[in-house]
Amino acid sequence: MPEAPRAAPRALGSLVLIAAIVAFAAAAFAYTAGWFSPGRLTPQKLVDGFDLRSPPPLGHRRNHAKGICFTGVFESTGAGFELSRAQVFQQGRYPAIGRFNLATPDPDADDAKVRVRGLGLMISTPDGQQWRMAMIDAPFFPVATVQGFHDLQLASASTAPDAMANFVKAHPEFAAFGAWAKTAPWTGSYAEERFNSLDSFIFTNGAGQDHGVRWSLDPAAEPVAVAPGELAKRGPNFLETEIADRIKKGPARWTMLVTVANPGDQTSDPSKAWPDDRRKIEVGSLIVDRIEPEADGPCRDINFDPTVLPNGMRVSDDPFPPARSSAYRVSYDRRTAEEKDYPRTATGSAQ
Amino acid sequence: MTIIHRFTPLQRTLHWIMAVLILAMLFIGVGMASTVAHIYLRLVHIHETLGLAILILALIRLAVRLRYGAPALPLDLPEPIKLAAYLSHYALYALMIAMPLIGWAMLSAAQYPVVLWGVWLPRIVPQSASLHTALWNAHFYLGFLFFALILMHLAAALFHALIRRDGVFDSMASLSTHAEAAPAE
Repeated sequence: MPEAPRAAPRALGSLVLIAAIVAFAAAAFAYTAGWFSPGRLTPQKLVDGFDLRSPPPLGHRRNHAKGICFTGVFESTGAGFELSRAQVFQQGRYPAIGRFNLATPDPDADDAKVRVRGLGLMISTPDGQQWRMAMIDAPFFPVATVQGFHDLQLASASTAPDAMANFVKAHPEFAAFGAWAKTAPWTGSYAEERFNSLDSFIFTNGAGQDHGVRWSLDPAAEPVAVAPGELAKRGPNFLETEIADRIKKGPARWTMLVTVANPGDQTSDPSKAWPDDRRKIEVGSLIVDRIEPEADGPCRDINFDPTVLPNGMRVSDDPFPPARSSAYRVSYDRRTAEEKDYPRTATGSAQ
Repeated sequence: MTIIHRFTPLQRTLHWIMAVLILAMLFIGVGMASTVAHIYLRLVHIHETLGLAILILALIRLAVRLRYGAPALPLDLPEPIKLAAYLSHYALYALMIAMPLIGWAMLSAAQYPVVLWGVWLPRIVPQSASLHTALWNAHFYLGFLFFALILMHLAAALFHALIRRDGVFDSMASLSTHAEAAPAE
């Protein structure tokens, strides 16, 4: 066979080529997965960022870990329909499941020690769609970018004496939040808190018109300022006890106000509030009429991912909702995999 | 009796469309799971849309395969390689159908909606933490297995094309519109 001496090197060359093609494909895959990019900010890193100062709260949400479930209704005035064609803005009553919570990775935190309080909410409509949100009582977010949030996590956990000072220097927007945290009054009840979306979204109405919006839940109960030292005397779970007792006597209410951006208002930076004179529309009321412990409550298995939006709402150029969605999923994946650390009986979920 | 040397044009078309879709799917999968950037939501949406498209195409492809069969492997191919070829193709078909269903069920078990073209798809399993975890693990590890199998499949195809030159590569890669061809010699 005269070809034989040449066939062997040709086969060897082909084998090398095949190996090179396969290796290239595998490397491209690994690159896409971030294995060569240790600097990439991943949702895993954001979630790990809550575990830097204490071991992770197994079976619990990785942040806003302490909370209590509520159920009630969202009573829509119909006024929001000019902004969004979502069914939730058609006049009517829609079931709501939610969770009052504290912005801490410690599920056993002392209620008087946690500055930021939050509210997760899911409103369901007969068309099978949902509007989920996760709001807090601060009027704006501490940082302007997702990387800034991770830097804040690292600085807070750092033992270097100048870590926080360096962080504030690099993220001057944090000063406003710091001032709020120092000066804003504390209250003795979740029912007296105003909760804010902070992030901006786009609402689209039936005519196809888009509006940049933010929204707030304004409490019907008059906020009464209580000094933190006074709150500390009420016990570590006073917020949960108070809201359960209050709602046994009658429902608690919040008015939902949608703030509409003027043309030119930025929607990409939740650390900056819009001017006060922006148009506000009263789109409905949240009426909370039942409180249940989280352990077997209807909110336990819900991820209050703020990007779960009905048709007629979508995210804006605000970088936080997508980042929150990806991080919330990692938190959900971890806590559901830790079922043995947070025993789940038959789900309390109504959905 | 005519010997089949090539897959039918329909089979070849389905194969190459799905090759592109599945590769895109796997890359988007590992990319979206490792980013907090704004594009994350769009990647998730494309991943879910492609998943449904691949599921539908895979079912059509399975039916077409059962109807038209496949060209016989070369007679001189060693038995262990033939076995590997059969098993890897069963695995590829199983993954093409199972992966989208596992992903959909995983989202259902977590009460996440799947919204495609404004339509909220129904949940296919009830909410469950343990089921979600099992499905999540399956989706994660089978995803990597899927990619590894595709790399093997690619290496084997190139081995047939460049080294054995036995017509196996042409049976799928040929642009001819005829399913059958006269033997080469």
